[in-house]
Amino acid sequence: MNQEYEMGNFDVIIVGAGHAGVEAGLASARLGCKTLLMTISLDQIANMPCNPSIGGTAKGHLVREIDALGGEMGRAADACFLQSRMLNRGKGPAVHSLRVQADRVKYHSHMKHICEQQENLFIKQGEAAQILVEDNHITGIVTKLGAVYHAKAVVIATGTYLKGKIHIGQVSFESGPDSALPANALSESLRQYLPLRRFKTGTPCRVHKRSIDFDILEKQDGDSQIVPFSFENQNQEMRNQVSCYISYTNLKTHEVIKANLHRSPLYSGNIEGVGPRYCPSIEDKVVRFADKERHQLFIEPMGLSTDEYYLQGMSSSLPEDVQLAFLKTIKGLEHVEILRPAYAIEYDCVDPTALKPTLETKAVSGLFGAGQFNGSSGYEEAAAQGLVAGINAALSVQGKEQLILERSGSYIGTLIDDLVCKGCSDPYRMMTSRSEYRLVLRQDNADFRMMPIGHKLGLISDAKYQKMLDKYALVETEIDRLKHSNLAPTSELNQFLENSGTAPLSTGCKIADLIRRPQLGYNVLAPFDSERPELSDEIREQVEIQIKYEGYINRQYDMIQKAQNLEQKKLPQNFDYHEIHGLRLEAIEKLNKHQPVSIGQASRISGVSPADVSVLLIWLTQNK
Amino acid sequence: MQQLIDTIAAIATPNGSGGVAVIRISGADAIPCAEQFFQPVRGKRPSQMDGYTCSYGYLLNQKQEILDDVVLTVFRNPHSYTGEDVVEISCHGGRFLSQKILRTVLTYPDVRLAEAGEFTKRAFLNGKLSLTQAEAVADLISASGENAVRYARTLRDGATFRKISEFSQIILEILSDLAVWADYPDEDIPGVDATTLGAKMQQLLSDMRQLMSSYDYGKILREGLHTVIAGKPNVGKSTLFNVLSGCERSIVTDIAGTTRDVVEEQIRLGDVILRLSDTAGVHNTADKVEQIGVERSLSSLEQADLVLAVFDMSTPLSKEDKLLLERLPEDKTIIVYNKSDKSNPDFHQNVFFHFSPVETVEISARNQDNIPELQNAVERFAVRHATPAEDGMIANERQRICLENALCAVQEALDALSMGLAFDAVTVSLDAAADALLQLTGERVTDKVVDTVFARFCVGK
Repeated sequence: MNQEYEMGNFDVIIVGAGHAGVEAGLASARLGCKTLLMTISLDQIANMPCNPSIGGTAKGHLVREIDALGGEMGRAADACFLQSRMLNRGKGPAVHSLRVQADRVKYHSHMKHICEQQENLFIKQGEAAQILVEDNHITGIVTKLGAVYHAKAVVIATGTYLKGKIHIGQVSFESGPDSALPANALSESLRQYLPLRRFKTGTPCRVHKRSIDFDILEKQDGDSQIVPFSFENQNQEMRNQVSCYISYTNLKTHEVIKANLHRSPLYSGNIEGVGPRYCPSIEDKVVRFADKERHQLFIEPMGLSTDEYYLQGMSSSLPEDVQLAFLKTIKGLEHVEILRPAYAIEYDCVDPTALKPTLETKAVSGLFGAGQFNGSSGYEEAAAQGLVAGINAALSVQGKEQLILERSGSYIGTLIDDLVCKGCSDPYRMMTSRSEYRLVLRQDNADFRMMPIGHKLGLISDAKYQKMLDKYALVETEIDRLKHSNLAPTSELNQFLENSGTAPLSTGCKIADLIRRPQLGYNVLAPFDSERPELSDEIREQVEIQIKYEGYINRQYDMIQKAQNLEQKKLPQNFDYHEIHGLRLEAIEKLNKHQPVSIGQASRISGVSPADVSVLLIWLTQNK
Repeated sequence: MQQLIDTIAAIATPNGSGGVAVIRISGADAIPCAEQFFQPVRGKRPSQMDGYTCSYGYLLNQKQEILDDVVLTVFRNPHSYTGEDVVEISCHGGRFLSQKILRTVLTYPDVRLAEAGEFTKRAFLNGKLSLTQAEAVADLISASGENAVRYARTLRDGATFRKISEFSQIILEILSDLAVWADYPDEDIPGVDATTLGAKMQQLLSDMRQLMSSYDYGKILREGLHTVIAGKPNVGKSTLFNVLSGCERSIVTDIAGTTRDVVEEQIRLGDVILRLSDTAGVHNTADKVEQIGVERSLSSLEQADLVLAVFDMSTPLSKEDKLLLERLPEDKTIIVYNKSDKSNPDFHQNVFFHFSPVETVEISARNQDNIPELQNAVERFAVRHATPAEDGMIANERQRICLENALCAVQEALDALSMGLAFDAVTVSLDAAADALLQLTGERVTDKVVDTVFARFCVGK
């Protein structure tokens, strides 16, 4: 190592400028902390090394929440999208999810520029090689070149760079994603304090536009009416610029893959990392689901300034010649020209149970983790954690109370709670089925749920906050009106009801009660509702959802209320649970390892029984 | 005084056949809960009673029907065993009755069944016990936890538990179908259609009901009361059938004419399972073949455990009515006068003076008037025929509660589906169902669903 040299003092240092790092850096700087954003390459800031897409099921919820909490991802996605679709329309409001194709290069330069322009934020290219720790408190980092940066808090957001290793067939080499440099040295330094382990992920190949026969492929277009991610962009004019295409593998494809399995690093045992269950490579799919005759793939543009196309669904670590061979068996790809081969990448990450729900490590105060480093996967999951880690790093520097998002209040809270309470055995992806409160935690009300928190932190301006309050005041007033106004059983109305396939009225009926009928809704009753005010689309949507789902929503609120009682019973930190009389041995071990912050969190740790929770409650009262 | 999270209730007297049983309720909602179900004969309502005072009156169920006459004692916090507001209901002993009262109490929002040792735990938490006693309590709770674990293990070998595991597996599969459908909209996997989904849930529901009927009741209750609804054509038998099989829903849209097309032979009425038999209408006919049919239905009356004989109050009694009346077995017949809302002055009840049925009830099936009274009559009949089982009551009770909660949740999911609500509403109820069953093994629904998804489906980019 070079001779060390001082490069200054910061409040907060972020290691890594991917989707987690960027949010962390921006949040910390916006909260007034002098923040260093350290990246191994300026050209990789907010890079999308995999799918050129933001959002999707449950991930769309995360982006909305990030936006309402004061993060950047939603605005950036709105600025750089190529095609937008609201998934799951018609499947109920809880599972509506926004997904956009994004321009990869534009997204990177957009985010980079936002960071460059951010007051208090200092971007530096360099490789963090070591963390500095004194008395279990972080004091700074040292780069590969020997530069020493001091800080009161550090966020590790190293993504797949940390000891990254790429596998293509039998060939493997140390590398970050997209041929960037790996971060090799930092791993050893972190390992002194944190339990690190190895995960794996993969990406499909990129192919040339001119080699795809689009004419014979099924086309997928964006929505005609586009809903933006960001609250700021509501009611803005937006339009789609590209189409995606769909094709399928076939038995011939599967034959080629099966005949070459022995050349896969996965099957020869060269890869030790654990891959994500939800994102299997094509060879995985073919082997595990042998009876399936075809697997679907999406052909998606990478941007307007490039002819690269992404083949979603075809992630692989087979050798390049095998990749080419199996792709050529696929309809529309018979003459395919590969620009970048698919690869698997292994990387170091932390066991997230070593983290607190603030994303601070339990072992080193002031040291935070975010994104793939914490065992998650996906840009949105990363950004969500980056935002929370950045906020908490700043709050800790300022000596303020840390932000803990409860799982009953947001998908971000659910994500973090799942990670830190239960850990993960493979890279964690957000899904709507992970939340038990999904009828309350909808993407359409993320502003209502998260903006009060963002505003209190100072990340959401007064004006924007007021605008949100105004919106929901209108919603409230309109719901109230609908619950108290009657519609008379006129023959026109009854004719309409019968035509809609629902029973006619014999006496007057509250408008809200009619809206509840599955065959009806808010908008269709407009002709019969003469006193209806002029309201925007989002408000009408809110009114309808809140009326139609009232019973379910109220029940979930009850569940949330009960859950919160236990969340508010705080447990001591760095505590030896042997001291509590009556706990079972297994519970003592688990509680000592996890050091849960609350009884609620303790109750979600596997191995802690309801009886143990009772004992904890007793002990807590005893020691008040 | 601190009140803990929720209100708990349990039967406080030992299991067995004592002369008096005590149901204890403790917590913030103890008195409001008692207020709802207790009707003093004279004297004060629970909310007006001072601590350490008693009142005599009737314990009513949710439908305002009398279950038993009881003595109710109120303890006001902090002057009670637990230190919270406590109500003790002393009722006539016998497991069936005290269980019924307990179940009624448990229908009150936020009142739940107490865990083992929980009254004592609360006593401690509210400073009613010394520290030394407290240590003993911790041991007790810890031991009861171990007992529960041990018992769960024993249960796991039982046929019932295996059955419940099957149910939770089925629910998890349905949930994972729905999860994939919601979380992977772009994948090339079969969609979920309402008909298949409905059929699966319907099957599940009837299997669950079957199992439910086997819980801790005597033979008749276990196998169901073989019940015949008898009466001339158009007397309102099918309306009555529909009314009886309708069950309480916590979430419904108010859609006129929303009918459930559940037509089952087994229905559940309160705590009683009825196995309903359809009979050909009893009427005079010259047709030989028809006569055989009528004869057959008349003889089926003799084999029934219970006959609901329906008469139409809106028309004068006919020959058919009189024919039926002659053949009714008095000791197991409940006379149901239907269409009480349109009662005809020429409908002379004095014909019935020579007939002594078990009970007589006037209803309007169409308007649902007095249906609770009928249900109550049926339940009273059932109680008299029940012989309570002896063993494994409490742990079984826990299983039963879990199963019952699951059953209601599945029913609710099915309702949501048949009303045409979106599947996300359906999944919420199914989550609750799986949650109720997984409580027996301490697993979490969200984890299990995600695991099931990945085990069953090939999804992901």
